[in-house]
Amino acid sequence: MLGVLASIIDGVLVGLVYGLAAMGLTLIWGVMDVINLTHGTMIVAGMFGLYGLASAVGAPPYLALPPVLIGGFLAGVLLYWVAVHRMVGRPPLMSLLSTFSINLMLIGLGTSIWGTALFNVEVALPGFSLGRYTFPGAHILAAVLAALIAASLYLFLQRSRLGKAVRAVANNREAAELVGIPTTRVLAITVGCGVAIAGVAGMLIGTLFPFTILSGDSYQLKSFVVTALGGFGNPVGALFAGIALGVLEGAVTPFVPVSWTLVIEFALFVLVLVVFPGGIFAARRGAL
Amino acid sequence: MPLVRLMRRPFFWILALAIAVFALAPVFGNNVALREALILDAVYITLASNLNLMLGYAGYINFGSIVFFGLGGYTCVWLVNSYHWPLGASLLVAGVCVSVLALIFGLGILRLRGAFFALATVGIVEAVQAFAENFTPWGGSSGIYLSGDIFTPLGGPARALWVIYFMMVAVMGLSLYLSYAIKSSKFGLGLLAIGQNEDAAAILGVPTPLYKALVYSASAFLPAIAGGLYFFKSAFIQPSDAFDLTLSTEALVVAMLGGQGTVAGVAIGAFLYEELRGYLLTSSMFANFQLFVSGALLLLIVLFFPGGLMGFIYRHFPRTQKVLE
Repeated sequence: MLGVLASIIDGVLVGLVYGLAAMGLTLIWGVMDVINLTHGTMIVAGMFGLYGLASAVGAPPYLALPPVLIGGFLAGVLLYWVAVHRMVGRPPLMSLLSTFSINLMLIGLGTSIWGTALFNVEVALPGFSLGRYTFPGAHILAAVLAALIAASLYLFLQRSRLGKAVRAVANNREAAELVGIPTTRVLAITVGCGVAIAGVAGMLIGTLFPFTILSGDSYQLKSFVVTALGGFGNPVGALFAGIALGVLEGAVTPFVPVSWTLVIEFALFVLVLVVFPGGIFAARRGAL
Repeated sequence: MPLVRLMRRPFFWILALAIAVFALAPVFGNNVALREALILDAVYITLASNLNLMLGYAGYINFGSIVFFGLGGYTCVWLVNSYHWPLGASLLVAGVCVSVLALIFGLGILRLRGAFFALATVGIVEAVQAFAENFTPWGGSSGIYLSGDIFTPLGGPARALWVIYFMMVAVMGLSLYLSYAIKSSKFGLGLLAIGQNEDAAAILGVPTPLYKALVYSASAFLPAIAGGLYFFKSAFIQPSDAFDLTLSTEALVVAMLGGQGTVAGVAIGAFLYEELRGYLLTSSMFANFQLFVSGALLLLIVLFFPGGLMGFIYRHFPRTQKVLE
């Protein structure tokens, strides 16, 4: 009984980080109907940012957060100008192809520099014990940080002037343009935020699990599952759906081989999409 | 459109001539090196032109077209190895099985529209690869090795490689004719309508779910056979080779490079891409950057030449539109 409780709690902790990662995807999706296929690679970029700062320089792992956040934002703005800007308003398949090709370039560069070796970042933090079970300190801290970042994104979108502009553009781009919102700049900032969040989520995942340059695929798939569960373009839904996915993963892991976990998650993705085409917590118009 | 009416068009004969030249080129002077290069071209053309049925006609991106190739390879190699079936029968069964499987999958995942379908195809690759790695009769992650004497029924290794080459060229030719026949049929018109605007097509009476599932299934048949031939030839199959995502990516690049939705463009695109790749692999600077270069190429096409090579030719020589499909 305690074992089940422990795996549920750990699922919630890891799920918060999955939810944060998916928020980055769903933000871009909701605002401009662009599916960012570099999402997985941006998560991995966060992991390697962590590795570079923590292992090569010797800085404490969590100090990597601000540089990853800023680097991710800049990378996102660059991504917008290179691959997304010309695609906004064109059929979504074209932006799918353009971000896919950027992803190929990044993966090609990454594998030729780092190979496909396994990397690991050691985080020494005291854990929290519950009977026979210990929750690693890294899991707890990652979940807390994920929740904080998610909350600040929420506040940014709801309260700040720029955040309101982002929501206005998501709601109706032309009307937003008419009332004087610089939509192009807002779109670029949105992609920047989405990628920065993906990068930070990757950095947090990097403190939990070992990773390779190709780990992005599986985390990207998880983000898609979470996005589908939480409703497309609905960041708050994504956070709760992330927790649900984490709990599911914790509950399933003892019973099936690891390579099947992704398949089960994928089946869930298809099932959700077939039954609830807009996602379970289907976004009201302008839920963002 | 019936075959007889297709045969009245000049493009039918241009295509036939090109395929004949392709098949016979390495025969003169027993040019084995050229044959090995051309068999890879044939694989690319087969994969790209079947992918084009989804991408160019119906407007659906399939990131997992490699699944058909790999599953066909596995089925064929397994039948040959464990049940000692002859090659021809194994290939046919592989093609039919994979097609039926695609139809069943297709009826499920093609209820997803547009981008969601594309995302689901990525998951299909994961699922099938996980299945192959855990399925004991297929040797799990270590795969299946064929014994050396499998080539005996085809008249020894040297002759067998020629037989396989001609079969592969035949599969390629059939792929091109399948593209052509579908494009000039009512079915093809329905697909093109789906590609333009799926809602409008449905309202005008195109049975969209059925058509999409049918074309998904049709696009599985010949790649499965090509996979069977390919892995029979290398006498070895394992999950990481069979479901190599690079190959399905390259098929996508090839189809876009040549011009999505065209028959001839895809073939020319495959040819060009293979030449480029050969150059990149031999130059020391780019050997590791193959993925990077295909990504950059795809990006340039998507951003600046969405019509691909054929789009360029059509624009500058409008008369070719009447001849080249």
